[in-house]
Amino acid sequence: MTPFTQELLIAVVKIAVVIGTLLGAFSLMTWIERRTLAFMQYRLGPNRTGPFGLFQPIADGIKLFFKEEAMPAAADKWAFLAAPVVAVATALLATAVIPYGPPFSLPGWGWLPDWLQGRDVQILIADLEVGLLFIFAVTALGVYGLVLAGWAANSKYSLLGGLRSSAQMFSYELALGFSWVTLILAAQSFRINDIVADQAGWFWHWNVFVHIPAFLVYFLAASAEVARIPFDLPEGESEIVAGFHTEYSSMRFALIQMGEYINLITVAVLATNLFLGGWNSGVPATPEALLGFPLGFVWWGAKVAFVLFVFIWLRGTLPRFRYDQLMQFGWKVLIPVAAVWVMVFAGWVALTGRSG
Amino acid sequence: MDAVLFYVFAAIAVASAVVVIAQRNAIYSAFALVVTLCSLAVIFGLLGSPFIAALQVIVYAGAIMVLFLFVLMLLNVRREEDGPAAGGRTLRGVGLALVTLLVLQAGTVLLRADLRPAPDFDASTVEMARTLFSPHFLYAFEATSILILAALVGAVVLAKKEL
Amino acid sequence: MDNPAFVHHAVLLSLVLFGLGTLGVFLRRNVITVLMCVELMLNGVNLAFVAFSRAHGSLDAQVLVFFVMVVAAAEAAVGLAIVIALHRHKDTLDLDAFNLMKG
Repeated sequence: MTPFTQELLIAVVKIAVVIGTLLGAFSLMTWIERRTLAFMQYRLGPNRTGPFGLFQPIADGIKLFFKEEAMPAAADKWAFLAAPVVAVATALLATAVIPYGPPFSLPGWGWLPDWLQGRDVQILIADLEVGLLFIFAVTALGVYGLVLAGWAANSKYSLLGGLRSSAQMFSYELALGFSWVTLILAAQSFRINDIVADQAGWFWHWNVFVHIPAFLVYFLAASAEVARIPFDLPEGESEIVAGFHTEYSSMRFALIQMGEYINLITVAVLATNLFLGGWNSGVPATPEALLGFPLGFVWWGAKVAFVLFVFIWLRGTLPRFRYDQLMQFGWKVLIPVAAVWVMVFAGWVALTGRSG
Repeated sequence: MDAVLFYVFAAIAVASAVVVIAQRNAIYSAFALVVTLCSLAVIFGLLGSPFIAALQVIVYAGAIMVLFLFVLMLLNVRREEDGPAAGGRTLRGVGLALVTLLVLQAGTVLLRADLRPAPDFDASTVEMARTLFSPHFLYAFEATSILILAALVGAVVLAKKEL
Repeated sequence: MDNPAFVHHAVLLSLVLFGLGTLGVFLRRNVITVLMCVELMLNGVNLAFVAFSRAHGSLDAQVLVFFVMVVAAAEAAVGLAIVIALHRHKDTLDLDAFNLMKG
């Protein structure tokens, strides 16, 4: 087996693992979100389908599968069909350059072929030199799913939602990109692995403590990018029916939902990797592995779960921004804060010659 | 492997460019242009320029084309206002096709030039930044920010209903 | 990517795109589509620049591509603003309607 085929096989397995886990995580997230929101609102949430309502996502899936696929008569047929596909495709594309855990070496199990035993792998499909730029590019393309969806249905509500949503998305994309500049400066590289490595050591080296303004800007811009409350005007549930996806039903709706949740998970994983130290435990003395299981996964998983919880927490607590407030906040608050932080940090690097 | 990718994406780029100029519905043209831009970005990557490839997607496909789509949707261009029309347009079209052929002829002359890829080609982001901020280009780089400001103000003023 | 034919074929591709863009500028009646064909021409030029940069091993051409992109963005913004103003005036996007010249 040539090295090329070996790499190809490993890549295919990685893709299967990542996409499979993401789809599983998507259904789990719907359940977690509904239960958590319910508890915050002093009610129970889904608890009838299966123990603790755990089969609720399966029930939702079955329901959506059997619903009628309605398409408005005046709809633009190809755009209507393409929009959910574009939404999910761009969401999944971003997951190709994000590491989902520390690099570890495969144990020497007997049933593994010898070119796999003890091999160093990481759940990272493509280790690009310009990883963060790629993510920025894919985020920029993510606007098209919403624009297509809003336009295709040829209804006032959808079009309004689509235009608002795309304006919101590309306004906050700028702030998002700006917040990464100082991290890249500190780590001297665009690769996410390098940025995680830069945060090794004690937990006060984590970027969330060193680059506080960048973290705040990132968190708010990311909430706006994935259209979470308080920035969820595109969906505006109580305002313009369901916004840009008003006319979608059944599996297409499920696809759009999937795209949104995968975006959310991607943003949370990025927050963990870029700001919260990734798979570094904050204490240098912790062992690398326990009984052969790399402990990095535990720290990483806990941090991702925490970030997702904060997103759900915000959703249950805050009211929604009005559209003009939202645009003003993005342009007049987030971008200047990010720009000033870039100037301050870059100035410090230039003056002291050190990088964090 | 690189060869296959290059020809596949070159074919996609040409095909969507043809859709851009041939499609009557302006919105489909815009989306075809997005496809062209993204395939060009892949080709830039294959030519060893990851930074320009990323910029192409971020700036062109991600911002400029969204602007185009916005305007198209706001002006509600569903009516298909195209096709050969008044004033001997077809004749002019054929004339321009001949001009294009001339362009391609010029191209074949160009193609006889020695265009082997240079060895030691490093177009990584660090090298790009080094060149961009070198004294040779620094002034132009700062001037573009003023240019963008001017364009911003100009666009806002031109599109306003009343000043 | 060391195959010598690539740079040649990239230049050929850029010529094809430029030619298609020119055709589009002259054949289309919708103002916005004409602007899009201009963008197509600019992209053909960008590709030629990047190909030549690869051939000569110098990054100056890529910096020029950067500037072309910036200027294209500025031009698209102002151009579309003009189109919006025109549409408000005449309620059509047909190029032939904006012909104020006599003869």
